[in-house]
Amino acid sequence: MHPFKYGKTVDLKEAINQLGSQPKANLIAGGTTLVDLLRLNVVTANHLIDINQLPIANIEIFEAKSSPEIGARIGALARNTDVAMHKQIIKNYPLISQAILSGASPQLRNMATVGGNVMQRTRCAYFRDTAVPCNKREPGSGCPAIGGLNRSHAILGTSESCIAVHASDMCVALVALDAQVLLSGPQGERKVALVDFYLLPGNHPEKENLLKPGEIIVQVELPHSPFAKHSHYLKVRDRESFSFALVSAACALEIKNGKIVDARIALGGVATKPWRALDAEKLLLGQSPSEGLFAKAGEVSILGAKPQKSNAFKVELTKRTVKRALLAAVGE
Amino acid sequence: MAGKIGESEQSAKYVGKAVNRVDGHSKVTGAATYAAEHKIDDLVYAALIQSTIAKGTITKMDTSEAERLPGVKVIITPFNAPRLSSKSTPSGRSLLLLQDKQVQHDRQNIGLVIADTWESASHAASLVKVSYKQTEPQVEIEKHATYEKLKSTTSEIGKQISAAGHKRGDFSQAFASGAHKVDQIYSTPMESHNPMEPFAVIASWEGEHLTLYDTTQAVFATRKTVAEHFDIPESHVRIISPFVGGGFGSKLSTWSHVILAAMAARKVNLPVKLVLSRAQMYGPVGFRPKTIQRILLAADKNGKLTAIRHDNINETSHFEDYVEASTHTTSRMYACPNLITSQNQVALDIGTPTWMRAPGEAPGSFALESAMDELAYELGLDPIELRVRNYPEKDPESGLPWSSNSLRECYKVGAEKFGWHKRNPEPKSMRAGKDLLGWGMAAATYPTYRMAANAQVTILPSGEALVQAGSQDIGTGTYTIMSQVAADTLGLPIEKIKFELGDSTLPRTPLSGGSMTAASVGSAVQLACQTALNSLIKTAIADQVSPLYQAKAESIVARDEGLYLSSDSKKGERLTDIIKRNKLKQVVGKAESKPGNEDEKYSMHSYGAIFAEVKIDSDLVRPKLTRMVGAYGAGKILNLKTARNQMFGGMTFGIGMALMEHTLIDPKLGRIMNADLAEYHLPVNLDVPNLDVIFIDEHDPHINPLGAKGIGEISITGVAAAIANAVYHATGKRIRDLPITIDKIM
Repeated sequence: MHPFKYGKTVDLKEAINQLGSQPKANLIAGGTTLVDLLRLNVVTANHLIDINQLPIANIEIFEAKSSPEIGARIGALARNTDVAMHKQIIKNYPLISQAILSGASPQLRNMATVGGNVMQRTRCAYFRDTAVPCNKREPGSGCPAIGGLNRSHAILGTSESCIAVHASDMCVALVALDAQVLLSGPQGERKVALVDFYLLPGNHPEKENLLKPGEIIVQVELPHSPFAKHSHYLKVRDRESFSFALVSAACALEIKNGKIVDARIALGGVATKPWRALDAEKLLLGQSPSEGLFAKAGEVSILGAKPQKSNAFKVELTKRTVKRALLAAVGE
Repeated sequence: MAGKIGESEQSAKYVGKAVNRVDGHSKVTGAATYAAEHKIDDLVYAALIQSTIAKGTITKMDTSEAERLPGVKVIITPFNAPRLSSKSTPSGRSLLLLQDKQVQHDRQNIGLVIADTWESASHAASLVKVSYKQTEPQVEIEKHATYEKLKSTTSEIGKQISAAGHKRGDFSQAFASGAHKVDQIYSTPMESHNPMEPFAVIASWEGEHLTLYDTTQAVFATRKTVAEHFDIPESHVRIISPFVGGGFGSKLSTWSHVILAAMAARKVNLPVKLVLSRAQMYGPVGFRPKTIQRILLAADKNGKLTAIRHDNINETSHFEDYVEASTHTTSRMYACPNLITSQNQVALDIGTPTWMRAPGEAPGSFALESAMDELAYELGLDPIELRVRNYPEKDPESGLPWSSNSLRECYKVGAEKFGWHKRNPEPKSMRAGKDLLGWGMAAATYPTYRMAANAQVTILPSGEALVQAGSQDIGTGTYTIMSQVAADTLGLPIEKIKFELGDSTLPRTPLSGGSMTAASVGSAVQLACQTALNSLIKTAIADQVSPLYQAKAESIVARDEGLYLSSDSKKGERLTDIIKRNKLKQVVGKAESKPGNEDEKYSMHSYGAIFAEVKIDSDLVRPKLTRMVGAYGAGKILNLKTARNQMFGGMTFGIGMALMEHTLIDPKLGRIMNADLAEYHLPVNLDVPNLDVIFIDEHDPHINPLGAKGIGEISITGVAAAIANAVYHATGKRIRDLPITIDKIM
């Protein structure tokens, strides 16, 4: 590990200043991704700015009457465990709780923050090993995963430059529920939809999100959710616990009079960013829930997939996972 | 004469019981000192530089930036490394020791930085810029040993190690005329040992004398290898290894980093500590090689095997042969007059493989026991019935009688416990709720090894005994079972036994491998205790004041901290009284215990039967192991608690082998790409269901004085096949390539 300067700050503006004014400064909160990457020399920082004491760890829940737009505000420094165990989150947004609890281990979830989880880096083995080329880590050096070991890699949102999969579970649920992130930077605050916060790799896989220099994620906002009754996060992986998704699906339905009036399907483990399967969602609208319908949604959710040699199984597995998550969402 | 444990069951207070680990407290409190934890004055730290390519030549190592870091003392590379002795060919592994600039595998040790802190050393190591002239590596055994080539003839592929094969009868003719046949290819992947404690060593020179605090399964072999490399007498080298945090075979060998640490310590003239990171252990310290195995079975219409052929090919490095002896067990597992086995290697640009828990037996039993399941379906026979019909009444290879063999009882007891009779053999026929339910079984075996071992016992005037043997405790409970043996033999409470091991200055013992420590060292400890007691008995019966004066030595037994007549439990006295009255400083018993010619008279092995249950969601198809029962005939079980613990460990190892373990190499780069415990999957708690272990009450008077067979390795054997057979039963899909993952079942 390369030596770095370490400092704490209790002031958001100061954090933004420090982050924006130095080329190799990094924020550190839970550190569950960053410390790994520092040890691997994948990230070399000159300055770590510890933001754990910034006052942005609150979880606030709002009633529709008093707050028609916003159902919940989750501070960027809220710990994953605190979010997953929060009674109102479990009641109003069970999908988020399930997704968080399906990831990592209790120890990691106790450390990891919501903002850090949004910023989680890919688990692509080539990205994490400085001995080998990687376009994301070293632009232009090549992508050995294409034509190499790619069983765990993405089949959606890929490019000729990068097929690295987005690793988060929580963000898949957040994207399904139309979460927005509040960013604060030298030019002030702005809000973006989480699904748009992430960029597709294209020719620049090193550029992963919309963050501008000095910008910090301060909060995640959720609209009121009509999905609490009918939602399910299903994660398929190689062992029972403590491993990343081969495929995951965050599915949520709003059902009125036996008909689906709103539907959300987001995919994890198969795409370069948390992935909304919009066409599959549309297909469900106005329909009555049935296994056949859900199987069709599964088919549609993966249209346009570009599998590699070793991850072709993810196409079929995604179809089945979506079907099963939808079935589980209606209690089957 | 003091009683032998095997002979006087009723007198055993500790042996055979569930005794707590004598070192348990020190381990859970952190007091147990592992290799890297020894406090040494003036210690400096080394960090390895490893190759990032798999094949080529190092053209330059730019150390200038690294050398400028504060605290860096020296950087050793192939360009400046001290030349090692070329007088003799050192024993042990072929080690790559910075003596040339060739790179022969990924993560080859190509240098080390020594600095006054670990942080400086590892930072400096990352700043050394290495230039290579690269060559395209060959790392895929499949390119050299294709299915088609295997189908034609195995022996033309790779280097055949003919000595390792077996041949009896006329296989070709018998197979040709077989009524029911199986002919399949099975494969197992490269797997990494991943002991919890990483490799670690502290090297300290005093003049021409070297002390190594090392994590090793073999203190004496390490001493020999190190002495030879530095061309100094073995007596000048001391290896200290009181605790080992798992090795699973990887720590049986002295690998290059041990020699390099000693080289570095000599160069800086200070003690050097070198600890490998998890990632640095994927390559230069061994692994289980990938195997490709072809099995042909033929049986008559009654299910009697008429022909067996088992060919194994495994990968090895270009600089050392290694045979994964997958076919060894096959020659004697079933009664069959016609058999051929062969073992072959393909050299690739990888590190050298090594023994990993049940080397040979673990991958070999996956192939053979899967093939037997396939044959059972071919015949329409229950897989247990097929195995029973082919049970060999004596060793079919050597013709020798078994010293003991409880295999049929293992089938019976295991099947009863598992509820096997409720099994519908039809694939996909059983359900657990909506899930497919699969039940599979396999047989297991492992040879009973024993080697010469020494021990020394010192009975002190306090009534305590110090028992010493070089040996190692690799987490299996050696401290505990040796203390039990000593306590029972000496008639002392176990609290009065202090057992010391893990030091090459203690009495010589074999390595901790081949599941033989209990049998080898235990027999020596018992004999040494008897020798010490005999000396005390001699003193007592010559002592006019002793109640045992003029008693016959054979009539005296040791119990309750004293010596007493076996016929009159009140006649006798305490050990301390004899010692005190006769003004003895201490009573010493030394002994060597070694095998005789029993292996010429008997074929000696442990046997077992494993039963596995999997539940599989019909959409998502990941096999979830829900139950496993293993029944074993492994001779005398010395400690029920540590034995069950070791069986659980081995079965869990087998679960990993069956369902997830796989060291992944990039086919073009030759680089291992999952060199950490996040991506190299081992079972987590949720992957391990309730495991049920049954030991058959087996008395074997032939194998060794303790009657113990060893259990470390039979515990993994057969597990992968039992699970694969359960997956077939659940899904109708026969997975012949480990690990059994979702993509393969879909």
